[in-house]
Amino acid sequence: MPTLTINGRSMSVDAANDTPLLWAIREQLQMTGTKFGCGAGLCGACTVHVNGEAVRSCQTMVGDVAGKKITTIEGLAAKGDHPLQKAWIAEQVPQCGYCQSGQIMQAASLLAKNPNPTKEEVVAHMDGNLCRCMTYSRIQKAIMRAATEMRTASASGNERRPT
Amino acid sequence: MNKHIKAVTPETTDLSRRSFLVGTAATGLVLGYAGVPGIGEALAAPSTFEPSVWYAIAPDGLVTVTCGKADMGQHIASTMAQIVAEELGAKWSDMRVNLASNDPKFNDPVLGAQITGGSWSTMMNFEAMSRAGAAGRMALTEGAAASMGVPASELVVRDSVISHPKSKKQMSFADVVKSGKATKTFTPDELKAIKLKTPDQYTMIGVSVPQLDIPSKTNGTAKYGIDVMLPGMAYGAVVTPPVRFGATVKSVDDSAAKKVPGFIKAVTLDDKTGTTSGWVVAVAATYANAKKAAQALKIAYDGGPNAKVSSQSLLDEAMRLQKQEDSGQFFVKDGDPAAAFGSAAKVLEAEYTTSINIHAPMEPMNATAEFKGDILHIYSGNQFATRSGAIAAGAAGIDPKFVVMHQMWLGGGFGRRLDADMMVPAVQAAKAIGKPVKVIYTRENDMTMDFSRPLTYQKVKAGVDGDGKLVALSHDVVSAWPTERWGIPDFLTPSVDKKGPLDSFTVNGADFFYTVPNHHVRAIKNELAHNATPSGQLRSVAPGWTFWAVESMIDEIAAATGKDPAQFRIALLDGKGKNDGGAQRLRNTLLAAMGLSGYGTRQLPKGEGMGVACVSSQERATASWTACVAHVAVAPSGEVTVKKLTVATDVGTQVHPDNIRAQVEGAALWGLSLAMYEKATLKDGGIEQTNFDSYTPLRMSQMPEVAVAVIANGEKATGVGEPAVTVVAPAIGNAIFNASGARVRALPITAEAVKGAMKA
Repeated sequence: MPTLTINGRSMSVDAANDTPLLWAIREQLQMTGTKFGCGAGLCGACTVHVNGEAVRSCQTMVGDVAGKKITTIEGLAAKGDHPLQKAWIAEQVPQCGYCQSGQIMQAASLLAKNPNPTKEEVVAHMDGNLCRCMTYSRIQKAIMRAATEMRTASASGNERRPT
Repeated sequence: MNKHIKAVTPETTDLSRRSFLVGTAATGLVLGYAGVPGIGEALAAPSTFEPSVWYAIAPDGLVTVTCGKADMGQHIASTMAQIVAEELGAKWSDMRVNLASNDPKFNDPVLGAQITGGSWSTMMNFEAMSRAGAAGRMALTEGAAASMGVPASELVVRDSVISHPKSKKQMSFADVVKSGKATKTFTPDELKAIKLKTPDQYTMIGVSVPQLDIPSKTNGTAKYGIDVMLPGMAYGAVVTPPVRFGATVKSVDDSAAKKVPGFIKAVTLDDKTGTTSGWVVAVAATYANAKKAAQALKIAYDGGPNAKVSSQSLLDEAMRLQKQEDSGQFFVKDGDPAAAFGSAAKVLEAEYTTSINIHAPMEPMNATAEFKGDILHIYSGNQFATRSGAIAAGAAGIDPKFVVMHQMWLGGGFGRRLDADMMVPAVQAAKAIGKPVKVIYTRENDMTMDFSRPLTYQKVKAGVDGDGKLVALSHDVVSAWPTERWGIPDFLTPSVDKKGPLDSFTVNGADFFYTVPNHHVRAIKNELAHNATPSGQLRSVAPGWTFWAVESMIDEIAAATGKDPAQFRIALLDGKGKNDGGAQRLRNTLLAAMGLSGYGTRQLPKGEGMGVACVSSQERATASWTACVAHVAVAPSGEVTVKKLTVATDVGTQVHPDNIRAQVEGAALWGLSLAMYEKATLKDGGIEQTNFDSYTPLRMSQMPEVAVAVIANGEKATGVGEPAVTVVAPAIGNAIFNASGARVRALPITAEAVKGAMKA
């Protein structure tokens, strides 16, 4: 029975080594924030972090991540207040919301390495994540907002622009 | 006008036959409409699975609105709460939402059923939610007046507090609910007589309040159908045949599947509802193993009657049908186009096509079924609880009244979840193994078994007189009939030539607001497509193809008569006769889009062009007036770059300005995606595209600049989820023509088609 280190906790899962991490997280651990979208690494809905890198959990087998540090949307910030999550609310990004866990996890791996990305860098990093509601412009704005907040580490000046 | 908007069943929708209930139950103040029979029961013992109707106020003052519409990202639950809160006088931070079950008491007050689509929800529920909110405020105010010993007329309600300025007394909603003094029944007449706020008194409508569902969609806690977990539940993976519809299972060999750990059973569906054909579901203890078992099944099929059908044969059949004089039925029959063509100075003819398109919401189809005693519980995000519950019942062989549908957040709908195919494998698997079963489609199942936007073929003929005036237009629309498939007569429309009902959801939009004295629209059902590719309603439905034809042809006529295409449209939108009102609003919207885009104000570089289009989507009776100016660059290779989309839309009244912008932008990008990037094809009866590598919706890198102007002129609130989808493709096609001289008439637009259409 493989043991996984997820969101700082060590948990054993009743799954064969060739089980996609996605289904172990969702079914065995009942953390359903990570979503199934395509099963082929084409949409990004299942994105989680393995040792800080954004990976598609539908293409990652349980046996390959034993002993590695796995983070899901539930563990990104203890209170759901990662700067990206706050920015997602401030920009009112989600529509149906289904892809957004993956979008946020994908974006988090960018900002962890590049605190001041250009728009082009954002697009290049995010292009593998589909949003069928087409919330792309707000995703971009939210990433820029979060990057600014992370750089200044200041909570001021974060009011949403008037519409 | 479509029949479904008026044709409602009296006992379920006529508010005059209902009483409005206000009473304090143990759980708090319960408000809503209820059918006259059973009022007492409803009050004394809130029904077993739903404690209230439109909303309830708990003793802690929290107001929970129950939304009878499916929320698939349009934030309709939050919008309903906003409309209630406006009249109720509640503080926004006190508002909560709850998704309704399929109990008929949650039926749409206009449609008489639980169905979400057509961009109808806000317009059709605005008044009911407003009156519900106002009645609650009046009941609370009277209760507070009794407690305070002051006249109710002297009380002021604001932010969930009822205050008496003279005495400085005040009570919160929570205080009044706890006092038990809010008791009032409104007769139908009293309810109707409630004076609602006028727009100048609004404090909540028109404000971009934070959407109530958004925080849960940033931290993984929002629950979609796919997230449902029931004790003892097993998982089902479906195996679908190579043919979209009509195949049957000859034999199933599960010997290899039996070696998969946790495999329980392979169930061959016996679908008497006619929703699926030739499906098998492999059931196992985990989804990963259900999928392995599904892959291990050896199934032999009889391909059935559609096993040789292809996209080309659907198109050939459409063209054959269109050529026949007597096929189809008339949707519009004004004047005599044939005679007018005879005397016209110029006649243009063109054919327009659209391909099969797949909904592909990000959450693949799924449903969880559980039999508990006599009741079948279904957990699934669905847009049409009334019909889907009946399909689930049909799959189970029980009466629909024994089905409880538990609504979830929808991971995208776009019309896909109007259908109920996912209920069938879940129900029959649960029945077969005696345990709850969650069935999840793979993306491959989801794409190949979509109730797709049908392949369409349209022939348009236009006649212009010596002054360049459009005097005649005949428009034939050939497609599968998605709505006829539902088998619900109220959703069909009588044909004007009395040849029986037609599916107006294949021709809406063709009844435009231009003044054309001789105008015929013929709806022709492509039976082959109807059977081989059971179609559905895809975001924006018919106007997604009818306006592709109409708005391209209008441009072709303008070009042929040497007129500016925008000015040509403005002249046609003269508001004469039946077009009065709508035509002028559409004209104004077009002018707004032109202004915002800078149309005609500057010379564009060579190879660039702007194109316009304007639409009355979704239906004549429910239109949001929408116009688009597309700015494109066309390379000599035919490759098109969409630089900017400018969309203006007249929505009458805006409930939530920021959400309208979000919806219009999303809809416009859908329009772009359908115009340029999405195409499905049929071969040997099966859809060829299976995942996002071959069916390719718009990605972030393909997004142009989008500018949105919203016109709120005080008319009734109209819908925003779909109309902008329909205006983009023709605007792009027209822009390509202005940039390069290439006229494209097939969607999606390809570089090859543009290059081929360029003048040598």
